[in-house]
Amino acid sequence: MQVQSMHFKQTASGKLNDAVLQGAMKKAKGKFVDGRALGVAEVDNWEDIRTYAAELRNRVIDNLDAYLLEFERNAIRRGAKVHWAETAEEANAIVLGIAQQNGVKTVTKSKSMVTEEIALNDVLIAAGIHVMETDLGEYILQLAHEPPSHIVAPAMHKSKEQVAELFAAAHHKPLLTDIGELTREAREQLRSHFLAADMGISGANFIVAETGTTLTVTNEGNADLVTTVPRIHCVVTGIEKVIPTLEDFATLIRLLPRSAIGQSIVNYLTLTTGVKSPDETDGPEQMHVVLVDAGRTKLVGSDMKDMLRCIRCGACMNHCPVYQNVGGHAYGWVYPGPMGSVLTPTYVGIENAGDLPNAATFCGECQVVCPVKIPLPDLMRKWRERQFDQRLRPFGERFVMSVWAFFIQRPRLYAFASRIGVRVAVWMGGKDKLIHSLPGIDGWTDGRDMPAPQGRTFRELYAARKGGQ
Amino acid sequence: MKVGLFVTCLVDLVRPNIGFAALKLLEDAGCEVIVPPDQTCCGQPGYNSGARDVAKALARKVLAEFRDCDYIVAPSGSCSGQIKVHAVEDLFHGEPEEAEFRALAAKWFELSDFLVNVLKRDSVPGKFAGSVTYHDSCSGLRELGIKQQPRALLAKAGCTLNEMQDSEKCCGFGGTFSIKLGEISTRMAENKCVNIGVAGADALVGGDLGCLLNIEGRLRRNGDLKTKVYHFAEIAAGMTEGKQ
Repeated sequence: MQVQSMHFKQTASGKLNDAVLQGAMKKAKGKFVDGRALGVAEVDNWEDIRTYAAELRNRVIDNLDAYLLEFERNAIRRGAKVHWAETAEEANAIVLGIAQQNGVKTVTKSKSMVTEEIALNDVLIAAGIHVMETDLGEYILQLAHEPPSHIVAPAMHKSKEQVAELFAAAHHKPLLTDIGELTREAREQLRSHFLAADMGISGANFIVAETGTTLTVTNEGNADLVTTVPRIHCVVTGIEKVIPTLEDFATLIRLLPRSAIGQSIVNYLTLTTGVKSPDETDGPEQMHVVLVDAGRTKLVGSDMKDMLRCIRCGACMNHCPVYQNVGGHAYGWVYPGPMGSVLTPTYVGIENAGDLPNAATFCGECQVVCPVKIPLPDLMRKWRERQFDQRLRPFGERFVMSVWAFFIQRPRLYAFASRIGVRVAVWMGGKDKLIHSLPGIDGWTDGRDMPAPQGRTFRELYAARKGGQ
Repeated sequence: MKVGLFVTCLVDLVRPNIGFAALKLLEDAGCEVIVPPDQTCCGQPGYNSGARDVAKALARKVLAEFRDCDYIVAPSGSCSGQIKVHAVEDLFHGEPEEAEFRALAAKWFELSDFLVNVLKRDSVPGKFAGSVTYHDSCSGLRELGIKQQPRALLAKAGCTLNEMQDSEKCCGFGGTFSIKLGEISTRMAENKCVNIGVAGADALVGGDLGCLLNIEGRLRRNGDLKTKVYHFAEIAAGMTEGKQ
């Protein structure tokens, strides 16, 4: 996916005034935020599970190579082929190679953020392969030629009416209004593709080292059809998704759907282990697992390594007040919200991530709701430190910061300057004691009146009081 | 008991009344309060802007100025969080000065937390007959667990508390965020104003001046000149009229 993160501020501005998006975001907040609160309340020892999961994920990241090799061994033992892709381009080339070697004409896909990250669809389509997204949200976006705006609910920014219009145009059918009917129509459209596909491509929520199993959770069951019906199944997954055992999955699945939308359990768990055996009727003849690095190993042992714990539940974005107001597209790449503000500079370079590390008030909600305790504000702050050190912020901002830093460390000068500054500000505040416009902080005064100071600084008044005693 | 008052830069510059209210509350409780004259800032603006060295220099300055106090108290959750949490867990983590900062952090309290949980005050000098709605500031709430303490003080001052919806939601201040991404920040402040309007109170009360200025700025821009905006210390100290 093309990186548009440099334009965060402008895009966000448009999203604030997009009535459809604002309506959709309000609805979603109730579902995600209130839903999670209810889901979490069902579990007595939520904090203990979080702690356990964070430690488990840390143990995996610290021994990533060992678990991946164990996964590879066991996957091969069950008849799968394991491919290692160091870059996005390599991953795409591997998948395209598998398709071309097997004369694949049509592909069905279940939702996968990694394939969005590496823009796999573009590569397959350019090679003349027909690609069909089968997750309802992803299907809608494929029709709309749009990227996802959320990692769990990719089309959450769209209204029912917009979806109805897309369907009517694409399916050449009368306009529908009922969500049930819309879903039924999508299902009818997808059915023939499920049956005809030569290859199914899925992501993986986790891959299990001890069994060589890949795991996908969905609420629509489409992953079941994508992974079992076509003769070839190709799993594309980030290397950090590995977990040691199936029992670990049993722990993590208590956190994942609850954190995402408050569900105690998902509708479908798809576990795929190897290829169809001779006595089985279902399952693929070939199974390929493409383990994608694309920058992940760079994080191991780095100060961003906590981010590798992420299990892609979306809770951080659902609770982020910035995301809630501007939606996911403003962030300009695959991963939005607080996790995106950390991942995007990590994977595409801080020079291409613009304002993202600054698109947070550090309110801390993301960290509180993260099921694997990723200190997201701290990680965003680390990116800000790098931006500061590399002089990547605008000159005006850096100048103000250096002036502030100079004065704030010299108390006498600071006291003198603030005496004058406060008097000027009081004068500017005028009769109503509000500063309506102030160049330099017009980001503030465009939408707010700056309350003027009361009169003298505390230090002046306190010194006068002490002197008078 | 020698208590150092950390005034905070915003209180010093914009609303000194809050500093004097804090002083009054501490003195009323029998504390010997000292106010180091050269104090400036906890370093948070630099820290959150990526200027780590400036943040460290300012944290060291704070340490030197308040080293001899039995307690240090600040009328701000976010400045308190900067010293109690960030200086210890990040800025000086694993460095020789860590122990000194840990000792400082252990003696450092946000004002309402200090009054309620350390001094265990069962009365306050102030009396406020009106209704208030309380905005929970993010840093105080999530970094330090400040939630019931200011409400307890308000109750002792006789306030009626009309809780607003999403009182724990960020107001959009975020320090320089409110300038860098002013439009998003304004929308967040606007959401807050709507909830304040629905709660329908005489005053909005909070524990961090940054949030209060941010919300007040939006209330006034919207033409709401009626809703008063106070720090809880002003109410608890009976200094809502700005008189010391």
